[in-house]
Order: sequence, then C-alpha cells, then structure tokens
Amino acid sequence: MNPAPSLILFTVLSGLGLGMIAWIGLGAGSDAPGFALAGPLVALLLAGIGGVCSAGHLARPDRAWRAFSQWRSSWLSREACLMVLALGAFALFAGLWVLSGIRLRPLGWLAAALALATIHCTAMIYAQLRTVPRWSVTPTPMLFLALGLAGGWLGVQAVVALAGGAAEVGLSLLAVLLGAGVAVHWQTAAAGARRLAAGSSLATATGLGGMGRLRLFEPPHRGQNYLLEEMAFRVGRRRAWQIRLIGAVLGFLLPAALVLLAWLVGDWALLPAFLAHVAGAMALRWLFFAEAEHVQALYYGAPER
Amino acid sequence: MTTLPRPAPGAKKLGLVIDLDICVGCHACAVACKEWNSQGYGAPLSDQDPYGAAPSGTWLNRVHSYEAEPEGAPARLVHFPRSCLHCEDAPCVTVCPTGASYKRAADGIVLVNEDHCMGCGLCAWACPYGARELDRAEGVMKKCTLCVDRIYNETLPEADRVPACVKACPAGARHFGDLGDPDSAVSELVSARGGYDLMPEQETRPVNKYLPPRPRDAAACGGAAAAALPEPEAKGFLGWLDRALARLDAGGGETGGSETGSVEAVGGKGSGEGKA
Repeated sequence: MNPAPSLILFTVLSGLGLGMIAWIGLGAGSDAPGFALAGPLVALLLAGIGGVCSAGHLARPDRAWRAFSQWRSSWLSREACLMVLALGAFALFAGLWVLSGIRLRPLGWLAAALALATIHCTAMIYAQLRTVPRWSVTPTPMLFLALGLAGGWLGVQAVVALAGGAAEVGLSLLAVLLGAGVAVHWQTAAAGARRLAAGSSLATATGLGGMGRLRLFEPPHRGQNYLLEEMAFRVGRRRAWQIRLIGAVLGFLLPAALVLLAWLVGDWALLPAFLAHVAGAMALRWLFFAEAEHVQALYYGAPER
Repeated sequence: MTTLPRPAPGAKKLGLVIDLDICVGCHACAVACKEWNSQGYGAPLSDQDPYGAAPSGTWLNRVHSYEAEPEGAPARLVHFPRSCLHCEDAPCVTVCPTGASYKRAADGIVLVNEDHCMGCGLCAWACPYGARELDRAEGVMKKCTLCVDRIYNETLPEADRVPACVKACPAGARHFGDLGDPDSAVSELVSARGGYDLMPEQETRPVNKYLPPRPRDAAACGGAAAAALPEPEAKGFLGWLDRALARLDAGGGETGGSETGSVEAVGGKGSGEGKA
C-alpha cells in the first residue's frame, strides 16, 4: 500500500497525543507548576496536528465534516466522532485544571476512555480490511494501542521533566520495553501475512485455477493508474530490513538507553528519548503501509506468496 | 446510509454475467464504458496527461488477459474483463465514513453519491477487485453504475436500455439481467454453465458471475503442442542421409553428454519411429 505521508503523520501523531491524553486523564503527570498547562497542551497539539494531517489524505477536504455521519457502520466515521469527543472532554478537563487547579477525576477518566477508543478505531480502519492480510490477520489494534500508550507515557514524562517535576524513570523504561514487545509480537504475525494468508491467489481472483498454471499474459493498460499507485506500491520494500532496523534502534533501543541515562544525568534525558521514539515510530509506520500487500494487485500479476 | 440494505427474498439483483469462453479481448466494452461515463451521469471519467509520455486515467472496466497452462496440453489465453461486481455484502459500502457509498435496496446497484464523497479512498482499499478508482480531476470515487442512466432511460429505444459495455460487446460475451430472479435468462445461463464468484474467500457475495471457458477437446487440440508433433518420414536419398546421420549420432552420442547432444538424441529417436 502507498505509504502516504499524511497517513503516517496522522496515525503516529494522533496516537501519541491520544496516548498522552489517556495517561494524563488517568492521573499521570505531576503537580509541578507548568505541567497542568504544558502537558495537556502538548497532548492536544499532537492529537490535533495528527487529525489535521488526516485531512491531507482527502481529495475533497471541504467535505470532511460529512465523515461524522456514518458512525453506525464505518470505523473511519467512528474514529472521527470519538476523536472530537475525546479532545473536547480532555480540553474541558485540562481547562478546569489550569484555571482552578482542580483535576476533575471522572472527567479525566472519561477523556482517557474516549482517547483509547479512538486509537482502537484508528487501528480498526486498517484491521477491518480483509483485502490487506498484513493488517487484518495481525493484532493491529494491539499494536496501535501499545505504541500510543508507550509513546504517550514517554511524552508525559518528558513534559514532566521539562516542567521541573519528578519523572517516573523506571516506569518509562517499562513502557519502552512493553511497546517493543508488542511491536515484535505484531511483526512476528505480519511476517507470514502475505496475500495467500487471506486464501487469495490469481486462481481465486480469476476463478481459472482449474485450467492449469496461470500468469498475466497482458495487463489492461501500459501506464500507471490509481489502483497501481495506491495498492501495488513496491518502491522501498527492498530497503525494508534497513528501515526496520532504524525503527527498532530509534523507536526502542535508543529510548531505552536514554531512559537508563536519565538515572545518571537527570530527567531531561527523557526528552531525547521521546523524540527518538517518535522518529522510530514514524519509520515503523512507513513500513506498516509500504509492506502491506493488497489482494487486488493479484489481477496485475503480483507475485503469489 | 452506508449500512447495507436487507433485501426481501426474491428482490431484484441487477448484474452482469460475463462469458470467458466467448470474450475475444477486444476492449470494446472498456472503451464503450469510458465513452458513456464521460458524459451524463456524475463527473466525467478524466484522463491525466492523455497525449503525453505517461498517460493515465479513470476507467470503470478493464480487460486483463491471462495465460492458463494445463499439464500436458497447450496453453490457453483467457480474456478477463474486470469491473464492479455489485456485491451483496459490499465492503466498500460499509467502510464509507460520509454516506456517499450506498447499495440500492430496489435493484442492488452499488453507487457513489458524488456530492458527498470526500475522496478518502478507503472504499477502494476495501474492494478486493480493484473496481473503484479515484478520479484525479474531480477528487471523487468513480465506479461502475451498471449504467443506471441507460437501463431505466425511457428516452432510449428499449433495445438500448442495457449497460454500454453489454451493448458494445461484438461477441455477445456480456449479459445483463436480474440475478435475483431464478427464472431470468441470466440466472439460467449461470446455472447451465456453472457461473462462479470471484474471490469467494473474501465473502463479498458478488452479484456478477463469470462463466468459465469450456474445456477444449483433447483429441482435437492436444496435437497442437510442438513437443507432440511427429517427425516427418524421410524417403529415398533423404532417407539414406537420415539413416547415415543417425548412425553418426549414435557414434558421437556416447561421448557427448551436453544439452545439445540430448536434443539430437530425441530427434534421432523420432526419425527411428518414423521408419518403423
């Protein structure tokens, strides 16, 4: 699938922002002066920027408001509705905290639940597609939730450190390790999730399997088209191993090392840990799209594996 | 509404039946579709850089050609038109966030409300068949409408109230009708010829059916394989020369184990059979 920058930025940034919202809503973060403003602000900005990036994927962004209408049937619509509700509830929670100094716990819990539900809906947009086995036969919702929560925790602790509070360094290490564990778990499942994992082949696509060995003799057209650009993406797959290494190092190994370093040099090391994790998550999310194979490409002679 | 309708039993299910035995791969259906859908209903199917170095464009029907190679028989070419199958469990409809994509309860046609589509492309991702293409000029999703602006169009002569692709097919490989009616001509064609669904494992329950190519008579076309052609029998001087060369080959065949040697051995064996 085509790894559109708008979708990578949207899923990674909104996941981080919503993860931060979930943790702050559940009561994480310090009472240090400044955090009540900076923590929620960073969370809302990340989620908001992510949401705006998603509109960059639309051919007609002027009609994006219509996406709030089909929450009964569409995961994308549910995601849009829940995102607005989560941001609204959390903005109210944060506003009360900043203005009156009171954390209204039940409102925070509501915002956290809405934020987690939003991440789940984002993941389901991809996980629902039987046409893309790499997304549908793998634990994609678990991956999105784990990365959102791990990155969100790092983000909260980085802001706590900058605000002069006492960051939870040990739990930050645990968050990075758990995130890495789920990423490895997903990757293990994805390694075998090729087109044949959905039971699809050129034989089932054409129904001509009984006639013998099949191959594309002539494509319908010589040039490119929307289908090939969007769903038969191949560029960069040959560099997948290197990009996965970059994702693992930036996303988990370097943050883990920096979190350990925070015990020695001070909590400020959590900020580069967070930034490295975000960069690594972007690389892994690029692969999430670029390596995904669509069954439709079988009609164009895509290799059966 | 992007929930799927629950049609009553026996409800109309309009669709196409495509006969892969008859299709000659002329692409007339694809061209007629492009022509008809570039006027009238919805946004015209646009082209980008049509006369330049890298032309591309929106098409609702595309004809692939596949080679099927059976064991021990010559390969066959099958031309394969691919368009929307108007699935009963259409995943493209339920994923739509704006309500633009819908399936009509009255006749089962899957359509896009182009005034509501925001061009997110998720329906094209959800379709296993590549039946939906985003129009680059209009920014909305285009798909086969089963020519709703023809089949119900009372200003057209009755014979023309069929989809443009069906009307254009010079070989009679495309059939249009009500697949919800078990007694319709298309339903009878499907049951008589063993019409089948594409990618049944995706559980989309397509309305359109494909008719398989009829099996070729093995005795009539089995001999068309080059490997099965008999070696011609040589007589007179050529016969003497053939036998002399065969002896020469038998003498050198023991030392030469190369690939060309084995090909000569096959030829020698063939000429031997011709003399017997």
